Amino acid sequence: MTRTEFWQGNTACAEGALAAGCSFFGGYPITPSTEIAEHMAAQLPKKGGVFIQMEDEIASMASIIGASWTGARAMTATSGPGFSLMMENIGFAAMTETPCVVVNVQRGGPSTGQPTMSAQGDMMQVRFGSHGDYAIIALCPATVQEMYELTAKAFNLADKYRVPVFLMADETVGHMREKIIIPDKVERVERKPLVPGTLPFKADADLIPGFAQFGKGHHVHVTGLTHDERGYPCTTNPKVHGTLVRRLVDKIEHARDEMADYDIINPGAEQVFVAYGGPVRTVQQVMHDTKDKNTGFLRIRTVWPFPEKALAQFKNARIFLVPEMNLGQIAREIERHVKVPVQSIPKLGGELHTPAELVAALEAER
Amino acid sequence: MSYEDWFREDRLPHIYCAGCGNGTVINCTLAAIDQMGWKKEETVFVSGIGCSSRAPGYILTDSLHTTHGRALAFATGVKMANPNLNVVVFTGDGDLAAIGGNHFIHACRRNIDLTVVCMNNQIYGMTGGQGSPTTPRGRLSSTTPYGSAETPFDLCELAIAAGANYVSRWTSYHVRELEKAVKAGLETPGFSFIEALVQCPTAFGRRNKFRQVMDQVEYLKVHSLLVAKRDRMIEKGEPIPEDMYVVGELTRRNRPAMGVKP
Repeated sequence: MTRTEFWQGNTACAEGALAAGCSFFGGYPITPSTEIAEHMAAQLPKKGGVFIQMEDEIASMASIIGASWTGARAMTATSGPGFSLMMENIGFAAMTETPCVVVNVQRGGPSTGQPTMSAQGDMMQVRFGSHGDYAIIALCPATVQEMYELTAKAFNLADKYRVPVFLMADETVGHMREKIIIPDKVERVERKPLVPGTLPFKADADLIPGFAQFGKGHHVHVTGLTHDERGYPCTTNPKVHGTLVRRLVDKIEHARDEMADYDIINPGAEQVFVAYGGPVRTVQQVMHDTKDKNTGFLRIRTVWPFPEKALAQFKNARIFLVPEMNLGQIAREIERHVKVPVQSIPKLGGELHTPAELVAALEAER
Repeated sequence: MSYEDWFREDRLPHIYCAGCGNGTVINCTLAAIDQMGWKKEETVFVSGIGCSSRAPGYILTDSLHTTHGRALAFATGVKMANPNLNVVVFTGDGDLAAIGGNHFIHACRRNIDLTVVCMNNQIYGMTGGQGSPTTPRGRLSSTTPYGSAETPFDLCELAIAAGANYVSRWTSYHVRELEKAVKAGLETPGFSFIEALVQCPTAFGRRNKFRQVMDQVEYLKVHSLLVAKRDRMIEKGEPIPEDMYVVGELTRRNRPAMGVKP
């Protein structure tokens, strides 16, 4: 039986993780994500899982990577300053192909910025924040329902692609309370195990190697150094490094269409809003109020890898309007993929765009 | 089985310099583990970055070679998620006491069931001989060209003050004692810390007038002060020379621990 609740977004995120079988949470308190840690601290021990409050976000990220290698579904949650601290170990997770889920309930930055206010300023950091070339997956919820569903989905994507997956929420969605329908169970995709006798970092045709879980007799060596298919350090061979890094990127990029998650309204429209996370709500209000077939809406849930093919579906598009709670981070990504103008509608300060602001932007470009 | 059965032979030759003390510490650790009768599939080695941290790569178990200073945070995740695994951490003075200092004191405080073996060569060896938090005052390194002006950490006192259940210090000269200390650490539930002072002929000895490898080993030997003798000196009111390293078992206690095998 499904059931209906009235929950805060952060609660829904934690419950989505529990429903997905998350059994390890390592975290550090930070506004506006703390409710996720608090909920996990209360609920995980009841389910036989482990909650541990680490000494900082560097350690939180490290702990979930360690836990993941024992086979656990592991997660942490943070916000901007903590996210910055996690960057080195996020790169380690990418390099070692460690499945894990990181929630970033975004607040105003840079630095300590606006701890209690909403923002989407970490959308480029999540893609490129750690050093070197790599690829990750980032999902953006716009509703409390999606805080639940996309968190559960993040674990499946992490296990399938062996990559850190990010739930890039914002304070608006994290602290919003609204109706949520809890499903009976959530779909679960398991990690592909290493076939005994095969090399632990030799990929299959899908570019993903089988997972050599600790404690199963695989004797796997996991290192952040450039490594060969045995997992052994091999740091001065250009071919080994090139092959490894290209595979880490390609395994995600090649699955771009497969994991693309978006909704399209009015594909024949000339003016098209593109939004993710909190600003989706304002665009929805504008769409509801105007009921204009010439205004389209692309609502994105998988922001990384960016679902570029979705843009091409708006064949009559004359302009893309992109409201974001940053200075146009994803607008610039959209510019790379389309030949028509892209109008960034930035909003700083911690509040959502008002419908009037978006209507004004729409009319200015008419 | 002997300690040799734990080596990953297809990784040889190793990266350690001729005369390095790390091999001695690795042998002692593996000999102790072998005496414990642990199985390879239930043993995990974790390390950070530095010469010491390369050790897990030469051992035929599951191993996690992580980021600089963070080995204990990764090990905490491994051990808490699966307490049935025996988790041993190899680290060095730079990895543990500089960039990883915060994780060190918190792992001690939690008294998490790990055995940590620190190869203290008093220098950053991997990067070519820079001063570390355990470089003694006056010693030369590439970043202390006029002699270190800072007071070094006493890693064992740090571990004791922060709450570790077992703490010992020996040197690469004290092979039998070191092996026994590691075994005692492996047997003790909670956080065990074994510091092994090691010679580093390439980065430390070369700059500090230890012409031969054995000159530095000899120095460590004659500058070791057994804990019992230290205690007698304190009783008699004799001053403890500043350049002596107190060796032996410094703490063995039974504080509440985390992550202990059920």
